[in-house]
Amino acid sequence: MNRAALKDPAWVRWSLTALALTFLLAFLALPLAAVLTEALRKGVGAYAASLGGEDTLAAIRLTLIVAAIAVPLNLIFGLCASWAIAKFDFAGKAWLVSLIDLPFSVSPVISGLIYVLLFGAQGLFGEALRDHGVRIVFAVPGIVLATIFVTFPFVARELIPLMEQQGRDEEEAALTLGAGGLRTFLSVTLPNVKWGLLYGVLLCNARAMGEFGAVSVVSGHIRGLTNTMPLHVEILYNEYDFVGAFAVASLLAVLALVTLGAKSALEWWHRDELAAAARH
Amino acid sequence: MIHVEHLTKRFGAFTALDDVSLAVPDGRLVALLGPSGSGKTTLLRILAGLDHPDAGSVHLDGLDATAVKTRDRRVGFVFQHYALFRHMSVTENVAFGLNVRKGPGKPAKAEIARRVGTLLDLVQLGGLAGRYPSQLSGGQRQRVALARALAVEPRLLLLDEPFGALDAQVRKDLRRWLRQLHDEMGLTSVFVTHDQEEALELADEVVVMSKGRIEQIGSPAEIYDNPATPFVFQFLGNANRLEASIAGGVARVGHWRVAAPGIPDGPGVAFIRPHEIDVDLADPVAAIRHQVVLGPVVRLDLALADGTAVEAAIDRETHARLALRPGQPVGLTARRIRIFAENEV
Amino acid sequence: MAKGIARRIIPGFAPTLGLTLAYLSLVVLIPLAALVLKAAGMGAAQWLDTLTDARVLAAFKLSFGGALAAALVNGLFGLLIAWVLVRYSFPGRKLVDALIDLPFALPTAVAGIALTALYAPAGWIGRFLPVQVAFTPLGVVVAMIFIGVPFVVRTVEPVLQDVDAELEEAAASLGASRPQTFRLVVLPAVGPALLTGISLSFARAVGEYGSIIFIAGNLPGVSEIVPLLIVTKLEQYDYVGATAIAALMLLVSFAMLLAVNLLQKWNRQRMGAAS
Repeated sequence: MNRAALKDPAWVRWSLTALALTFLLAFLALPLAAVLTEALRKGVGAYAASLGGEDTLAAIRLTLIVAAIAVPLNLIFGLCASWAIAKFDFAGKAWLVSLIDLPFSVSPVISGLIYVLLFGAQGLFGEALRDHGVRIVFAVPGIVLATIFVTFPFVARELIPLMEQQGRDEEEAALTLGAGGLRTFLSVTLPNVKWGLLYGVLLCNARAMGEFGAVSVVSGHIRGLTNTMPLHVEILYNEYDFVGAFAVASLLAVLALVTLGAKSALEWWHRDELAAAARH
Repeated sequence: MIHVEHLTKRFGAFTALDDVSLAVPDGRLVALLGPSGSGKTTLLRILAGLDHPDAGSVHLDGLDATAVKTRDRRVGFVFQHYALFRHMSVTENVAFGLNVRKGPGKPAKAEIARRVGTLLDLVQLGGLAGRYPSQLSGGQRQRVALARALAVEPRLLLLDEPFGALDAQVRKDLRRWLRQLHDEMGLTSVFVTHDQEEALELADEVVVMSKGRIEQIGSPAEIYDNPATPFVFQFLGNANRLEASIAGGVARVGHWRVAAPGIPDGPGVAFIRPHEIDVDLADPVAAIRHQVVLGPVVRLDLALADGTAVEAAIDRETHARLALRPGQPVGLTARRIRIFAENEV
Repeated sequence: MAKGIARRIIPGFAPTLGLTLAYLSLVVLIPLAALVLKAAGMGAAQWLDTLTDARVLAAFKLSFGGALAAALVNGLFGLLIAWVLVRYSFPGRKLVDALIDLPFALPTAVAGIALTALYAPAGWIGRFLPVQVAFTPLGVVVAMIFIGVPFVVRTVEPVLQDVDAELEEAAASLGASRPQTFRLVVLPAVGPALLTGISLSFARAVGEYGSIIFIAGNLPGVSEIVPLLIVTKLEQYDYVGATAIAALMLLVSFAMLLAVNLLQKWNRQRMGAAS
């Protein structure tokens, strides 16, 4: 802004900037640096060794599997929900949108609790599941479910305002030109939302891989079997294996930074093709 | 031939179309003219299959189209805001309708390219084939939208306020150009507009609509010269609206007496067009309150003896010849006065 | 031909809505119903027990009180950060702007152990502080501040950007100083967004688990947050206790969110159309 009347005096600008940056340094930058420092405290060799441990590799594998299931399912859900909401008018639409936002208002611990109440030993379906030898809670399916719960809004929340903004004219035009529903969706709608979709998937994935609270409640913490990377961090930390804990944490931190980078890149290059709505 | 019979459409409590029936002959360029809320766009969208009527039927070339889905109707639709596919180039946009055809109906790639080329030349956008919609002006986008609709060789072309979003000059040029195109192609076309000048200039036939009903159908000259209802009279062109009282088939309007056959006794409304009032200096009945020069015409704001305001439009020469000044008393002759009963208004 | 049902023009309504509702039912509604059922099925005695338990009350005080304190701190500094990012330029501004979202992207467990390392008595920051932060309620607040940073900044930034420069120029031309202009012109304009950001930060902090349990002492009655209490009850197979506390937490959270929403609605009506 070049307007003279709005220019704060230099000392004000510098001190406010310094104050803001100090705050951010203390609360954001330093924690990041701490992860790396602690992980390398005993040298690169120890770092590499802790990442190669069997339980660690199992945790990494499980995290990837859970994400590989949860993210595509939530992607499909997000596409369906946003198509239904943006391209049609129907009663109760506002309720549906609020419902989709629900996981954001619920503590992750409660997100896990509800599945324990449903499928746990004393849960609603506990007996039925035991009789059939099916384990959901304290097993991988429970982890997948809890992860889906906390991450399913991300894609939908990005696509809904975006598709509403884009309107229905292009789809109607495609229909008048003879295209069917699927063809219209693939040729007209999807290309229009591809960057928003990628953005939503990125956020969904980051949260799916990093979720702790909900998964912790549901998992049973069985090393090598039902431990995801965040849970493994906790276990190692509680055993005072700080290097190990921070080593795994560093992988997750790298994931976070890559996500941030990709997110910023998308926001920078495709600003108009992302939803104008507030993002979480 | 398009036959629309007893079409009704409601949106909640609002009635958009109220028992509308219409026949559009082949090869004509028809305008649906009316203010917002008149139902014209709803009617157009129902013809395209983009909306379903609550009652009534639509027949296209003798076949009941009401059950036919949009994609199977072979109707070309040009949207008000163009609805170009923003991620496709001009060529891809125009070729879309041909590319989505399945099986034997789909032409070979070379054939599609040829057709697209021909159409782009037709709409005079030959050099812009590789551009994207965001790189085009409003007028160019509209022409791409038209080319795209024509690519599928529709049997009917529908246009929704095609020039509404464009500048005045561009609008004028495109109007002329659309008329030429229509004359060349002979395709049955229906377009929606709220601009009476556009309707009168372009259309073979004008359908005047108001509040979900058809007020009048006729050629531009006919609806201007012989408006069937007060609404049409007031919507097209300027009109003076005066009180009249009818007794025994004769209407008294100010100092004028007009034959009003078939209109019941009682109060009524009279309409006189400003340019159908002649001004002279004999037998004064009104005084000039104010006069404004509007190009080739002078508008006179007159007041009758009882204070009623009347507007007249006379040409500059007459005005100069009579040396009219504000305050001057003048006599008025109305070449045509149109009478309506009170309950028709 | 009259139509009985509304026919959709664009295809795919039934399948997409159907799938959406089915997914939501399976993943959200039915599990939540289990919680509601269980909570509703508990007798009044159970509720009373829970409400009056000292440990539970202490946990609620810490979770909600700490979250409020953290949200207010974030309100203050978030406004400052948003102002600096929007109004001033300095080298690395874009990088800083991108970094604001770190608490969103970073897994909570990672944040938890990193903050603990920093604020422990021997940590980089902890060693310089006069009071002990890690393993005390203060540590809980620090963690809550961390996770709430983006909420205020991201809700205030766009509103701040849209504040009409002419309003500030008008104030200046009428003799207002910069602080006065800020207080009387800018602050009211971003007020609603600020309030939204603060309440979002608050809501997130109340339910947060992973970032907090490492740096908190987790001592019952002192530095134990409500989510941890729920987990502890679950590990003891006290489903009833866990459900009671969870249901209570949800009720209080929803009540507060409703209050904030109503406040904002009232504020919007008072101001007319939003700027």
